[in-house]
Amino acid sequence: MQEQDPKVRATNFGEVACGYTLEDALREADRCLMCPDEPCIRGCPVEIDIPAFIMKITEKSLRGAYETITDTNLLPAICGRVCPQESQCEGACTVGETLEPVAIGRLERFVGDLAIAEGWASVPYVEPSGLRVAVVGSGPAGAACAADLAKAGCDVTVYEAFHEPGGVLKYGIPDFRLPNDVIDAEIDKLRALGVKFECNTLVGRLFTVEELLTELDYQAVFIGTGAGAPSFMGIPGESLAGAMSANELLTRCNLMHARDFPDYDTPLQAGKRVAVIGAGNTAMDAMRVCLRLGAASVSCVYRRTRNEAPARAEELHHAEDEGIDFHWLTSPVEILGDADNNVRGIRCQRMELGEPDESGRRRPVPVPDSEFEIDVDMVVYAIGTSANPILGQTSSLELNKRGYIVTDDSLATSIAGVWAGGDIVTGAATVIEAMGAGRKAAREIKAYLGLRDTDVVYLTEPAGGAGKRFGIDLREHNFARVTA
Amino acid sequence: MAATFEIVRREDFSDVTYLLEIFHPRMARVAKPGQFVIVMAHDRGERIPLTLADFDPERGTVTLVVQAVGKTTREMQASCSLGTRLHALVGPMGNPSQIGGARKVVCVGGGLGVAPVYPQARAYKQSAAYVIGVIGFRSKELMFWEDKFRAVCDEFIVCTDDGSEGIKGLVTAGIEQALTEHADIDEVVAIGPPIMMKFCAATTRPHGIRTVVSLNPVMVDGTGMCGGCRVKIGNRVRFACVDGPDFDAHEVDFDDLMARLRRFQASETTALERWTGSCRLPAGA
Repeated sequence: MQEQDPKVRATNFGEVACGYTLEDALREADRCLMCPDEPCIRGCPVEIDIPAFIMKITEKSLRGAYETITDTNLLPAICGRVCPQESQCEGACTVGETLEPVAIGRLERFVGDLAIAEGWASVPYVEPSGLRVAVVGSGPAGAACAADLAKAGCDVTVYEAFHEPGGVLKYGIPDFRLPNDVIDAEIDKLRALGVKFECNTLVGRLFTVEELLTELDYQAVFIGTGAGAPSFMGIPGESLAGAMSANELLTRCNLMHARDFPDYDTPLQAGKRVAVIGAGNTAMDAMRVCLRLGAASVSCVYRRTRNEAPARAEELHHAEDEGIDFHWLTSPVEILGDADNNVRGIRCQRMELGEPDESGRRRPVPVPDSEFEIDVDMVVYAIGTSANPILGQTSSLELNKRGYIVTDDSLATSIAGVWAGGDIVTGAATVIEAMGAGRKAAREIKAYLGLRDTDVVYLTEPAGGAGKRFGIDLREHNFARVTA
Repeated sequence: MAATFEIVRREDFSDVTYLLEIFHPRMARVAKPGQFVIVMAHDRGERIPLTLADFDPERGTVTLVVQAVGKTTREMQASCSLGTRLHALVGPMGNPSQIGGARKVVCVGGGLGVAPVYPQARAYKQSAAYVIGVIGFRSKELMFWEDKFRAVCDEFIVCTDDGSEGIKGLVTAGIEQALTEHADIDEVVAIGPPIMMKFCAATTRPHGIRTVVSLNPVMVDGTGMCGGCRVKIGNRVRFACVDGPDFDAHEVDFDDLMARLRRFQASETTALERWTGSCRLPAGA
């Protein structure tokens, strides 16, 4: 696909990958073998019917392709841009065994963008059921859950603490990967389905999760509040001016438009020589943002090697092309400051890989006497996040040791009528996994509320009988509401 | 009926300090002393934390007292009037202050800090504690809420730097007076500029009296997800927005807080110069 030249794009926030033309899309769609075993569908966390939408593209039935995708995934312009397709659909693609896999993500993006440009909305008439559901958090998990429940006739309200909806899509993913107006367009499609978004609402403080079910009269709640609570290392110098979390950098830049200071009021004071600690997608985003904000040099400091870097392949490759220096097998020891309390450097030590840890990756071990300094005026932490504490502080939800919400296999929490999914359950993961969780929770909530999808035929009851939920036989769809 | 985030009353205490009463019925009902809000004045604005100075469930309003210091607070001073709607107002944020338990408490407000400490003093009074209020301003002209505060206190001490009213001195002089007269003070609550809170902590430390302060670092989201408001408490790092804003004053590293509060000084100067420059442009320029 056409991409902006690395030297040019490292100075602007326009999208790097320019998107397919119709000719590109038809040519790529033709490469699909339509294999009968459909490994691509199995590779997709939300099981989009990939061969079907690709077939529609080849038939030039582009609206049909959009309808097919949105049967399963209501946010194709987003997923096509940010999914790690190389480890999902494209990773499983049969064509990919010998040649480049079919560019499924780019085809999805093509269809999603066309839908936005043409104003298509996949809005079937749905008879309202009168059942009210609250969704906490307007990120990918909440948005996906809201979409499914709205299509089932529920009256859905999504609560968001920020002043704009989108969650991590808005504040975390930069415009050159996922433009804010694409997010707004996809959210408008949810509004067309009847979903209401109430921003500036901090659930847990303005009202509690329990109050949603009682005072505010919702019949069910889905929590998708994310894992936003940045981790630091506890090394000296972390409170110096110029040391910040990637979340802070990205929120200032993406959501609050700090790159347009002073036309927008939020400042950032970008560094000229930046070190970012970490090598996941957030780290890649942080580094590439700093480059675009005018840094002369940007370094990545990561304690393992490139092979272990968790970032999406395309982002790592784009970052390398844009001229970012990678210090693999390096870990920070201290952030150094000057007399005015500003960052002036970072002292690091070399690492080597030892035995594997719990994640299965080899544990980095310090190499003795290997310390050295990198001259920087800004240090950004992108080493992971932990659970946002507010709901844990303000509700009786059961949390695990690390502060994440405990759920069973059906994503039900310890409070009856409340489900949770996405990063607040699993820890930081991907947009598509969050959407998958939102959709799964929506299925469970529909079962709980006694709603059936009219166009889905339930073929068999699960093996071992339908089971019980809260002591009530699931086959009895008119069961009594359970109060919190 | 007022629309959400609509300013329903404005009062100017001086050239620099002003009060905004904002319509938000739900927040008015659930807000507790010690909590704060994040405000955005307009869609290009920055998000700033402001502690709640009052909340009235019957009127459905929350009250903020603001000091015009930088670009945002000065712009709000110029543009916020009756009927103006804020672009964003979210809260109540932070942990509510722990009121109750203390039988005799000194509530200290330094300058603007008088506003956020007022609801705490009132709550202590409602919990039947003996409340000694200490308020301090640079001069008599800058004073506000003297009568309102006095009404919730059993004893009331005023301090002014220039001696134009009450004791000539800082609020620490007022605390010293209270400590001299009462041997049984359980707790001191102090809110004001960080340097003032630092000195209040130093004043009470030798007496071993529990002292609580409300910290005011720079914030962006206010919900614990950016870490910009991190403060050093003892040997731990806490986020003021979700772990605070109240902390044990004797554990707070005030020097670190003050250093971090200065980290955007260059941008603040740029923004303010641009703002005051644009104010002086003749109409049509």
